[in-house]
Amino acid sequence: MHKSAGDAQFRAASDQSLLVSFGQQITLENHQRVVKLLGLLQSQPIEGIRNLHPAYCSLLIKFDPLNLDHDQLQSGLVPHLARLDEAPLPKPPQIDIPVSYGGEFGPDLNEVAAMHGMSPAQTIELHSSPIYIVYFLGFAPGFAYLGGLPQALASPRLETPRAKVPQGSVGIGGNQTAVYPFATPGGWRLIGRTPVAMFRSDRARMTLLQIGDHVRFRPISKEEFAEFAAR
Amino acid sequence: MSGMVVETPGLFTTVQDLGREGFAPMGVSASGAADPISLRIGNRLVGNPQSAAGLEMTLVGGAFAFERAAVIALTGADFGPSANGIPLPMWTSIEIQGGQTVTLGSSRSGARAYLCIRGGIAVEPFLGSASTHVLSGLGGFEGRALRKSDRLDLGAALPLFRTRTLSSQMLERLQPRKVIRVTEGPQSDWFASSSWEIFCESTFRVTEQSNRMGIRLEGPPIPLDASREMITEGVSLGSIQVPPSGQPIILFVEQQTTGGYPKIANVISADVHSLGQLRPRDSIRFERIEMSAARSLLVEQEALLASQELIQE
Repeated sequence: MHKSAGDAQFRAASDQSLLVSFGQQITLENHQRVVKLLGLLQSQPIEGIRNLHPAYCSLLIKFDPLNLDHDQLQSGLVPHLARLDEAPLPKPPQIDIPVSYGGEFGPDLNEVAAMHGMSPAQTIELHSSPIYIVYFLGFAPGFAYLGGLPQALASPRLETPRAKVPQGSVGIGGNQTAVYPFATPGGWRLIGRTPVAMFRSDRARMTLLQIGDHVRFRPISKEEFAEFAAR
Repeated sequence: MSGMVVETPGLFTTVQDLGREGFAPMGVSASGAADPISLRIGNRLVGNPQSAAGLEMTLVGGAFAFERAAVIALTGADFGPSANGIPLPMWTSIEIQGGQTVTLGSSRSGARAYLCIRGGIAVEPFLGSASTHVLSGLGGFEGRALRKSDRLDLGAALPLFRTRTLSSQMLERLQPRKVIRVTEGPQSDWFASSSWEIFCESTFRVTEQSNRMGIRLEGPPIPLDASREMITEGVSLGSIQVPPSGQPIILFVEQQTTGGYPKIANVISADVHSLGQLRPRDSIRFERIEMSAARSLLVEQEALLASQELIQE
């Protein structure tokens, strides 16, 4: 059984899944290899693969254990992995997400600001200035893990998670930021809310964001939020 | 279209088929029946494709009034089913007359009962599956558990056929297990042999917080090497996460697609259906086996499900 091919490491995660990892660090380079391998496996599927779970620097491949085993899958992946260097990376779209910060929409904004010795306005400015990258969607449908949060905004998770975080809430958890697509339990600190749906089953592209996309948060007023939501 | 009206919904009743695979890149997990073997057999008993949608009931069943004659089968856990007061057998096809009500009570053993209906339940598929995904409110019947007075459309009433019954010998062989077999997880080496000893030799209790997303266990804490930092990665069905509390969580059918806790082990595919029959306060143990053994057990189980002797006409 191969343990690796090039810079890819293989580990059997279960009797029906294989974990392919590119290093043990969250870097853009490792992430791009995940995006490329995912793209190759979607455009030229290997028979017997049932699902693909991308993350920061790994791809979990779920397969039909009655038609494929770990060794066969690893051998099947070798040609794909050999082509990763030359595989083109599609130019990612940039998606603007309007956010109404603070107040009832961002109940933790003042606390996050105080934690870092900033004013709420500075916090909003800092959060809405970078271009974030979508590392992957996980946890729940349409939940995008974004990379690129300014270190100055990194904030510990709440000690007691909220039982229900309202849909569209924008939160900070550790050095990550994300939008909650559905009302779910959650322990991230909430600084604002977007009126835009992150997941819509009646849209051809169901998730607003996809792996590799670039994202920017645009501050809007409460009035603009109401206008948007009424549309 | 004739249908079926929910007179009482039971504790938590959803429409489920075998789930939707292939959408983890969007963060959408497969979902599907918690005890897929019971759903597959139920469908075969009524002459449906194995993947047809049925009702999954949890701990307490409901009452369902049929507007037309139907052929049904009740599988999974025994919730003491009856029709207009007359007890109904499990694991066999039954003819129900239009106007009759099929009623299920509380679980006598196991957690989930299935009601399969010849022709299936007609709901709008979401991403190719009729399964309800409760967290996101998608799929199944309006994306939620059934409520009183809901009306479900049934598939076309197919012609009648000979009664089919599951062989009692096969039923015995497919019994859910309380000793759950596992293979090593992707972080199995983060756990010292003393931690593995605790994991394999202790009894764990299923807690009340368990659901289709995850089965939370309570037992002696499993220590792990805290110096290592875990990077969130894709997680597979049946993976056994160990959070800092040391109390393991088994990721189940409506699982998150990625996770950030180390995974000591993974439930083998052939034992996933047993997880679907675990009730709060049940006690379970884990038995570590080799990957090749896990594969053989699955091949054996599938051969059993495909065998001529499974169902008697």
